[in-house]
Amino acid sequence: MGGALLEVRDLKTYFVSKQSTVKAVDGVDFSVSQGRVLCIVGESGSGKSVTSLSLMRLVQGPQGRIVSGEVLLEGRDLLRMSERQMSDVRGNEIGMIFQEPMSALNPVMKIGDQIGEVLVRHRHISRREAREKAVELLRNVGLARADEMVHEYPHQLSGGMRQRAMIAMAMACQPKLLLADEPTTALDVTIQAQVLDLMRALQKETGTAIILVTHDLGVVAEMADDVVVMYAGQIVESGPADEIFDRPLHPYTRALMDSIPVIEEERERLRAIPGTVPSAAHFPEGCRFADRCSLVEGRCRERLPELRELGPGHSVRCHLA
Amino acid sequence: MAANAVSHASGVSRAPKSKSPLRLSIERFFHSPLAVAGLVMLVAIVFVTVFAPLFTHFSPSQPDIMNTDSPPTALHPLGTDGSGYDNLARVLYGGRVDLTVAFCAAMMTMVIGTLYGGVSGFFGGFIDTLMMRFVDVMLNFPFISLVLIVEAVFNTSSEWVLILIVGITAWPGPARLIRGVFLQLREQDYVVGARTVGCGNWRIILRHMLPNAMSFIIVLVSFQVAAYVGLDAALSYLGLGVPPNVASWGGILNTSTGYMSLRTEPYAWVPPAVMIVLTILSVNFIGDGLRDAFDPQTRT
Repeated sequence: MGGALLEVRDLKTYFVSKQSTVKAVDGVDFSVSQGRVLCIVGESGSGKSVTSLSLMRLVQGPQGRIVSGEVLLEGRDLLRMSERQMSDVRGNEIGMIFQEPMSALNPVMKIGDQIGEVLVRHRHISRREAREKAVELLRNVGLARADEMVHEYPHQLSGGMRQRAMIAMAMACQPKLLLADEPTTALDVTIQAQVLDLMRALQKETGTAIILVTHDLGVVAEMADDVVVMYAGQIVESGPADEIFDRPLHPYTRALMDSIPVIEEERERLRAIPGTVPSAAHFPEGCRFADRCSLVEGRCRERLPELRELGPGHSVRCHLA
Repeated sequence: MAANAVSHASGVSRAPKSKSPLRLSIERFFHSPLAVAGLVMLVAIVFVTVFAPLFTHFSPSQPDIMNTDSPPTALHPLGTDGSGYDNLARVLYGGRVDLTVAFCAAMMTMVIGTLYGGVSGFFGGFIDTLMMRFVDVMLNFPFISLVLIVEAVFNTSSEWVLILIVGITAWPGPARLIRGVFLQLREQDYVVGARTVGCGNWRIILRHMLPNAMSFIIVLVSFQVAAYVGLDAALSYLGLGVPPNVASWGGILNTSTGYMSLRTEPYAWVPPAVMIVLTILSVNFIGDGLRDAFDPQTRT
């Protein structure tokens, strides 16, 4: 993978306190190329959100710490940058959108000023120019009343509109990478589809790479070029989206796909995966999925499997695959 | 683009003009009768003290030596004291001192408290622990002793000395409260969001957190003002307030503490007492009104 825009190597983010060390992200490698969409999938507690925050170096201190690893954006290691250099990257080269559009906008700041702030910060233009640009940006994300909206406050906008405004803000400086942490989870289904369409359209237009963090396999199927499946702070399977959907190799990936309700099929119950993700404070000795795996064998509990490449770009962390 | 289809639908059911959350709160404030009454009262009190010369032609510092200890007459509606000072003039002018002390001291404590508490809450962790321990120390600072010492050392006592002393001793209370607000705000998504667009610490504190803490701060100011209106009165009672030749409500009360004055000269001490009570009451009404107006629970 020569042309990777962002390359993450052996990223480890721990939350250290006197009592315990919580290994929220425990050795994650992946990369995204320009114009591609990478989806990071996993259930709650799998470390996917901490991964995305780590890329921005926004893990809350003093407990949260990136212990090791490299995050290379076009070859420059973000983890070695000074805080000042890093803040030049944030919003400029990497844009980010959040799960909760309701709370992610400052309630006492006009929409136009919030979007403009990014431009003033990174493009060093005047406030007035920034506001004009904000109107244009809001139009680009499909908000027709953009010229009125710049004078409005977040409470006057609906959830879907706010998420669009957030996207406009994240895309304001035409970042090379857009980090979206569950951008559609808090929206209702029709708005979800529109927001995803919008992200796709913007990506086509600008060639931005997208890292989409989600637990919704429907969203993955819709958007992803590449998929990373995370479980208990580690990658258990990664590869091109078609491969993963056609030939899921890890029992966890298969279980995830089985747990999606299918409308055509009459099922007695949902096929949920029994149990929960093990606490990141004390992982079991062997495979971290062993306790919930239906195919578990003796060796699974003894040794943590390595991530092995079994097909073109398709890697799995399982003894049985 | 599919997005265009949505934008038409999203244009409906909106308020015609966009009002800031602050505007909305102010409008709510003016819908509360008690708050408006408080505001009217306070404005009236400030008016009569600021424009005192319109209401009396006596000076608070020029005694009318021909009429000492006079009961209320046409010339001196509230009588004069033992030195011949006109009581009405002293009440009217005296308000200037009390109100100045109250407002300036409240402002000073709030500015220091906000900066200190804001920084402490924003950074959290070790810095916060350290700063809050210092607050604990300052909360136990012997205020009255400091007043005594300053007055003894510099041999002066004026309202500005008083304000300064209050300012440097009374900020820990507000600082601690504001630190709590900032700790809460720090976890808000939009604060994290401000980081994701590359905002620095000070920008986040001043542009994102402070405006969101403003409603709380304004309410706190009002209660601080109420607390300090009585301060000069309390200190004067101990003989520590502004010097006796400067007219102040507390000072007048202090000169009337004798049993005989309390019994026989209510016209001398009731008016300043009423003024103090009314001021505290009106500021508290305003504070309550502001608190209700800013309460997110009532926000629509």
